[in-house]
Amino acid sequence: MSEIVVQKIKERFPDSFLDSYSFRDENTVIIKKEDLVAVCRYLKSDPELSFDFLSDLCGVDYMGRETRFEVVYHLFSISKRHRIRLKAMVGEGEKISSVTGIWSTSDWHEREAFDMYGIIFEGHPNLTRILMPENWDGHPLRKDYPLKGR
Amino acid sequence: MAETKNMILNMGPQHPSTHGVLRLILELDGETVVKLTPEIGYLHRGVEKLGENLTYHQFIPLTDREDYIASLSNNLAYCMTVEKLLGLEIPPRAMVARVLLTELQRIASHLIWLGTFGLDIGAMSLFFYCMRERETILDIFEACAGARLTINYFDIGGLRKDLPVGFEKQVRDFIAIFPERMKNDYERIFQDNKIVRIRTEGVGIISKEDAIDLGLSGPLLRSCGVPWDVRKSNPYCGYENYEFDIPTGKTGDVFDRYLVRMEEMRQSLKLVQQALDRLPGGAFLADDPKICLPPKQKVMTEMESLIHHFKIVSEGFEPPVAEVYHSIETPRGELGFYIVSDGSNKPYRLRFRPPSFVNLESLAKMAEGKLIGDLIAIIGALDPVMGEVDR
Repeated sequence: MSEIVVQKIKERFPDSFLDSYSFRDENTVIIKKEDLVAVCRYLKSDPELSFDFLSDLCGVDYMGRETRFEVVYHLFSISKRHRIRLKAMVGEGEKISSVTGIWSTSDWHEREAFDMYGIIFEGHPNLTRILMPENWDGHPLRKDYPLKGR
Repeated sequence: MAETKNMILNMGPQHPSTHGVLRLILELDGETVVKLTPEIGYLHRGVEKLGENLTYHQFIPLTDREDYIASLSNNLAYCMTVEKLLGLEIPPRAMVARVLLTELQRIASHLIWLGTFGLDIGAMSLFFYCMRERETILDIFEACAGARLTINYFDIGGLRKDLPVGFEKQVRDFIAIFPERMKNDYERIFQDNKIVRIRTEGVGIISKEDAIDLGLSGPLLRSCGVPWDVRKSNPYCGYENYEFDIPTGKTGDVFDRYLVRMEEMRQSLKLVQQALDRLPGGAFLADDPKICLPPKQKVMTEMESLIHHFKIVSEGFEPPVAEVYHSIETPRGELGFYIVSDGSNKPYRLRFRPPSFVNLESLAKMAEGKLIGDLIAIIGALDPVMGEVDR
C-alpha cells in the first residue's frame, strides 16, 4: 500500500524527491526541506492518501554529516490505515518550515525538537523550550552534549 | 465602575488533581478560564538520551518508568520495536501471554483512572472499590514477575520467565468476579449519580476534526466517535484473531470518555478470557542464543550458554543498520517507538512517542472558555501520566 504513496510523491514532486527506501514494510521518503509544506499539504489533502494524523515528529542528530540534522515525520491515515515516514534534512543553524498550519499536534513536537536539538522551525507560533528550563544552555540530545559531568 | 483585571493563577505542580507534576498557568476572569498554558518538564529524566547510551536489553526497565500506570504496555511496545528491527519470531505462548497480560494491564490502568477521576469530582468511595480489583490484578503480575508496578516482564524475544504455577486459576478467579463488581460496585454508585452527570455531561467537548488535528488517540479520540484503535487498524501480537469491539462515543464530552473506558474494560476482559482459553504450551522465549538470555539452569551447567549469557549481558547484540517505528494501543492511546540503529549494540536514536504528551496538548482547546471547576473534570478524564509526558 505505502509503495503507492511513495510513487505518488515522486510523480507529483519530482524535483523535491531525494530518496526512498523500504525496510520491514515501512516506507521512508526523503524530501528537500524547501518543499516540505507543499508535500505535507498534498499528503493531507489528496483523497487517496489523506494523511490526516501526524503520529510523531522528531529530530535526529547525525553529527559529522554534511547536513547535520534530520526531522522525521511519522504520518498515518485514520481512514486509509496506511503509514509513511517522511524525512527532511536541515543543517546546523538552518531553518525548516513548521507544519503547525497543517497538523496542530506538531506544535509541542516541534518545540521539543527545538529544545532537544536546537532545530529552528520557521512560522511556529511559540517556539520555546518545553521540557528543559527556559534558561537552559545547550541542547541535550545533540551527540556532542555529554551524558554526564557537565 | 472600577477597572477589572484578569487573575493569573498557578495550578500545580503539586496540586492533587493534576495527577502528578503538571503545572497549569491559568488566566481567570472570575471563574472562567480565559487562557491555559501547561508547563511540563518537571519529571524530565532524559530517557531518550539514556537510551542512546544503554544496550537494547538494558533499556527495558526504563520503559517501565515512563507510563508507570501501564508499565507492561510500555515493555511490549519497546520489545516489539526491537523485535521488528531484528526480524525476530516470537513463540506462540509468549504472544498469547502478552495479549493476556497487557489486557489485564489495561483494566488495571482504567481502574486507577476511574478511581482517581471519581476522587477529582468528589466521589470518594469508588476509589476504594477500584483499588480492590486492581489489587487482584497486581497480585497476578506479582506472581509472574515479582513486581507490582514496574513489572518488567516482557523481554526481547518473549517473556522473561514462564507463567507461574496457578496462573490460570488466578486469572479465572478474576474473570469470574469482575463483571459483577463493575455492574454493582462501580456503575451503580457512579453512573446514575446526579452530581456525576451534571459534572461530566457536556463538559470538555472536542469535535472529531479537532481531535484528529490535535493528534488525540486512545479512548479520548474514540469518545469523539472516531473508531480508530491500533489493535484493529494495524494488528500486532495476533490481535486479528481475537473477537472484540471498539467502543465509541457520540458527543466527545467527559461522560463519553467515562463510558468508552468502561466498555473498554469489558472488551479487555473478553480478550483476557479468549487468550486464556487458547494459551498454548511450549517455549516462552525465542530460541536465538545471540539475542535471548539462556535459562539459568543451562548457564550453570553448559559452557556455551555461559558464553552467550556473558556476551548478551556485557555487550548485547548488534542489529542491522536500519530504522523502525512500531506503535501499539496502550490504555492512553498510540504509544510508538522509533529506533534508529547504526549497527552498534546501542540505539543511535531512540524516540518515544508518548500518548499522554500529545493528549495533554489538547487541554487548552478543551478547557478555555469553560469554568475552572470543569477543568478538574477535564484533566481527570484526560488521564495524563506525567512520567511519559516528561520522559
